[in-house]
Amino acid sequence: MYTVHLTINGQARTLELDPRQSLLDVLREVLGLTGTKKGCNQGACGACTVLIDGKRMLSCLALAAMHDGASVTTVEGLARDDRLHPLQAAFIEHEGFQCGYCTPGQIMSGLGCIAEGHARSADEIRFWMSGNICRCGAYPGVVAAIADAAGSSRG
Amino acid sequence: MMPFSLQRARTEEDAIAAGRAGGRYIAGGTTLIDLMREEVERPEQLIDINALPFRSIRAEGDELVIGALARMAEVAAHPETARLQPLIAESLIEGASPQLRNMASVGGNLLQRVRCPYFRMLDAGCNKRTPRSGCSAIDGINAGHAILGTSDHCVATHPSDLAVALVALAATMRVRGPAGERSFPVEDLYPLPGDTPHIEHTLRPAELIIEVRVPGGAYARRARYLKVRDRASYEFALVSIAAALDIDDGVIRAARIAAGGVGTRPWRMRAAEEALIGKTPDRAAFQVAAERSLQGARPLSGNHYKVDLLPRTMVRALEMAGEVV
Repeated sequence: MYTVHLTINGQARTLELDPRQSLLDVLREVLGLTGTKKGCNQGACGACTVLIDGKRMLSCLALAAMHDGASVTTVEGLARDDRLHPLQAAFIEHEGFQCGYCTPGQIMSGLGCIAEGHARSADEIRFWMSGNICRCGAYPGVVAAIADAAGSSRG
Repeated sequence: MMPFSLQRARTEEDAIAAGRAGGRYIAGGTTLIDLMREEVERPEQLIDINALPFRSIRAEGDELVIGALARMAEVAAHPETARLQPLIAESLIEGASPQLRNMASVGGNLLQRVRCPYFRMLDAGCNKRTPRSGCSAIDGINAGHAILGTSDHCVATHPSDLAVALVALAATMRVRGPAGERSFPVEDLYPLPGDTPHIEHTLRPAELIIEVRVPGGAYARRARYLKVRDRASYEFALVSIAAALDIDDGVIRAARIAAGGVGTRPWRMRAAEEALIGKTPDRAAFQVAAERSLQGARPLSGNHYKVDLLPRTMVRALEMAGEVV
């Protein structure tokens, strides 16, 4: 077992982990943070997207023991008290989901997309969100929500 | 996933010593962890090399120097990449997804394993995964496979877009290992499969990639990467072309061309390059050159379309490069 220090949504955690445990499995099974979803578990769908030290990454392809000292933000870390993050609110406003399974990954990836400066047009958002698959096909709402949140965060 | 031990290398010496003892280097892990979960890869010891100081991206004169641990996204977004080698940025952005590009290192990108479906299928023959078990792709699903450099033992393409751009630009790599440092062209990293397709690179045991160096050239600014695939983004190439042109006074002085998706290694197109020298950069000249791209092509049952798609993609990529102002 390996001792791993992680800051999850602002809270310091010290964990004893098998090196085989992915960050995704640690979030869901050790910490009970089931907002982050396991879709393909092979880096193809984007459902497990979280921010690691501020950058969007796939938690299914990250060994937690290789991220000692990292700061991780999951979808649970976005709302403030009862107030949703503006991007979460925009997903509701624009109906950026149907079944909702890919949504936490879409939102975390959308935050990265906006922070990277790649949300300036619908075409650009589509290209820079291509790592997040939605089997319901809610893409128009996803793109609209990100464009809206990017606009409001600029203003 | 099979059990393994994980060691964090603090210094290059630590890493190479652990590598000599049989450990496998891991950086971004986006290929290796996936294949370990499938038990295609079964390393007993991993050496995390992310703490080593090989992450800088910088210009040395007109040469672009990229640390092996720099992430794909960092290289693509770096102002020196845009200034000196826009082809590198374009090839990176056309590969993988934003999340993967934030994770995957340049060294790991160059050493990624093939995407042949049989490589991942433990109950199918694959000479790359298990020597002398046979190649299931030759008479199987092979629409995505190679038409150049194949053998009776393996027909898989190399999946890296970055490697195609680096081979076109005659980039070199610096590596260090137990016997010291050496440099060689990125093109020489990749052997042909022949009858030993399980040997996928020419690194010696425990060698570490330190950096990639991309020399400048008059063609570097007028360079484009065109990737043709089954969907518009986040997909491997059916055919891709990196094309760079030095045009002076309406005449092509030099050309650099490499192809992805068609060869068992990133495929430099020297005959096509030579056919362009001294020519006017127009569609007729590009078509003559592109016909030369098919020398030695051996299509399989499912990928005859690449015999048409390769020269057409090359013509369009050359046109795109010629349009750069």
